[in-house]
Amino acid sequence: MTTAASDIQRENRTLGLKLALIVPVMLVFCASLVPLYRVICEQLGITQSKLVVGSSNTQVDLSRTLTVELLASKNQNMGWHFEPLQRSVRIHPGELATVMYRVTNPFDRPMVGKAVYSVLPPAAGRKVEKLQCFCFSDQTLGPGETRDMPIVFRILADVDESVDTVSFAYTFFDVTAQRELKGS
Amino acid sequence: MSATTHPADHAADHHDHKPYGLSRWLFTTNHKDIGTMYLLFGLLMAIVGGFLSLGIRAELFMPGLQILQPETFNSFMTLHGLIMVFGAVMPVFVGFANWLIPMQIGAADMAFPRMNNWSFWLLPPAAILLAGSFFVEGGAIQSGWTLYPPLFTQSGISGDMTILAVHILGASSIMGSINIVTTVLNLRAPGMTLMKLPLFVWTWLITAYLLIAVMPVLAGAVTMLLTDRHFGTSFFNAAGGGDPTMFMHIFWFFGHPEVYIIILPAFGIVSQIIPAFSRKPLFGYASMVYATSSIAILSFIVWGHHMFTVGMPAAGQLFFMYATMLIAVPTGVKVFNWIATMWRGSLTFETPMLWALGFLFMFTMGGFTGLVLAITPVDITLHNSYYVVAHFHYTMVAGASFAIFGGVYFWWPKWTGKMYNESFGKLHFWWTTIGFNLTFFPQHFLGLAGMPRRIPDYALQFAEWNMISSIGAFFLAAGQIFFMITLWLSYKSGAPAKDRQWEGADSLEWTHLPSPVPYHTFETVPVLK
Repeated sequence: MTTAASDIQRENRTLGLKLALIVPVMLVFCASLVPLYRVICEQLGITQSKLVVGSSNTQVDLSRTLTVELLASKNQNMGWHFEPLQRSVRIHPGELATVMYRVTNPFDRPMVGKAVYSVLPPAAGRKVEKLQCFCFSDQTLGPGETRDMPIVFRILADVDESVDTVSFAYTFFDVTAQRELKGS
Repeated sequence: MSATTHPADHAADHHDHKPYGLSRWLFTTNHKDIGTMYLLFGLLMAIVGGFLSLGIRAELFMPGLQILQPETFNSFMTLHGLIMVFGAVMPVFVGFANWLIPMQIGAADMAFPRMNNWSFWLLPPAAILLAGSFFVEGGAIQSGWTLYPPLFTQSGISGDMTILAVHILGASSIMGSINIVTTVLNLRAPGMTLMKLPLFVWTWLITAYLLIAVMPVLAGAVTMLLTDRHFGTSFFNAAGGGDPTMFMHIFWFFGHPEVYIIILPAFGIVSQIIPAFSRKPLFGYASMVYATSSIAILSFIVWGHHMFTVGMPAAGQLFFMYATMLIAVPTGVKVFNWIATMWRGSLTFETPMLWALGFLFMFTMGGFTGLVLAITPVDITLHNSYYVVAHFHYTMVAGASFAIFGGVYFWWPKWTGKMYNESFGKLHFWWTTIGFNLTFFPQHFLGLAGMPRRIPDYALQFAEWNMISSIGAFFLAAGQIFFMITLWLSYKSGAPAKDRQWEGADSLEWTHLPSPVPYHTFETVPVLK
């Protein structure tokens, strides 16, 4: 009887210790949720870190200079005159810059135009931050009207080392027909 | 019946000897003494938590601020939740486990009697920390029982008292659970195979595993809160790169299993009572065991339904929605098994059966509102409304507490050897049922009409239902004073109970032991066929 009792006690102790092992395992699991959470949020793209401009991005990197080439083109059905007022500008990464485009409606009727842009190379495209751009909205020009339109932008300081020239290409489309359709 | 032979076996070795006075309770390793202490502690905490809820309902009796300032109201609401969950319901179920599990499996005591004593005596310091936090500078915490940062991080010293209390309660629960699992797995009498265990033992075995798994996660979460408060970390502090939403994920990874920790032992008690008063074995015993296990496993993958509104990918919302609805399947199995147990049974409606039927009816209502809340777009509307409050009180009060009342009436004759007054018991049931529904059913309407939870004041259009709800709450509380009087009268002058008071009850404590049960039972292990 006494040996049986001590046997049971030993079995109890073994099982009790095994169960107690779950506790540190779950504590480690809990701690691992912290990095896991970060990784999952980043993978799913729902983390705040991508939306917020960190303090490092507002720094101007004076050690580098980038050439920004400004291109203008028109869709084949678009009859407006459209050109940048300067062919290119040289800026530091992180520096705020303003460039101007000029557009003229040579026709004798009001028209609505819409600018669509692309930025090359793609690595730089993700680092361009525009504060103001005529491409944000439709442009309505009266008969014969000429307008100078700014782009206020910066290229973030953490743009890839390999980038030294960035091209902004704007293409104007004639959307008068679509807008009139929508209006009526 | 061997009940009559049992005391004779031990007549020589002063069978009912027990120490007297304070030291009996301080140093006891007897599972029945410890069970009694757990039950009384839970009762005391329920009184405290009930007092806090009456403060809440008194303030909400009319629009405007009359009794509590908003800060105090928030403290009342927070501590009501914490004390009811960790101080009342959980210890009461551990009390049931201590009393019943050794007797139901034919063991002399728990596997680790000294640790059992320690598990209990950790509770009073934690309770003092929680209750005492009302009286420190800044008052008790106001973050709600979920301890969400950043509000929780801004608490005064009461925040640290709460963290310490949660740590202590967690340690107590883990030790208690290790004790229960070891007892059930190692100390069963010969012949008591796992699939012969009474369902109460099964549900507690699964509950204990859940507790061991999730209490450390809560401990980790509150430890991170502590280091955020005092040691300069930024786990949940957005200014330092942390994320308060992460706390919600970690908390509810603990929190959802926690709600099943509260309800599974209630399922166990009801599964004992209904067959006893139907005079039929439980319908679908094996499916009950599997359903309980499924609920426990599923509880780990549904935490997101508590936080649909914080922002998560649509795929995540769909996953949590469907996983949550999946839980209705095993729960439905259990409900239908209870109904099938009663089908063509020789039903009688003594007090414990009334409570079990009240549980069955009203817990199912709480389950259905849970399904409504599981639907993501609906939840986004109802989130943090009184509809949620109504939902979880139907599961926590009409669920867990009704099962507790039923269990107390069911085993009271076995514990004390005295019968309670059957008419008083039935009156208590109807009193509580009416008071409960008067209190909480209107809260569905309030929530659907848009009343947010956790506010001390509200818009005028909510006035009528709030007044009815408050009247119901005071009526409900008065009924519980009647409950205590009923038990006290029985303890003092109740008629002696029969060894097998309920002839349909067939677990070992009824078939093998006298009423009241002697201090030491099953010192010679019973052999079961």
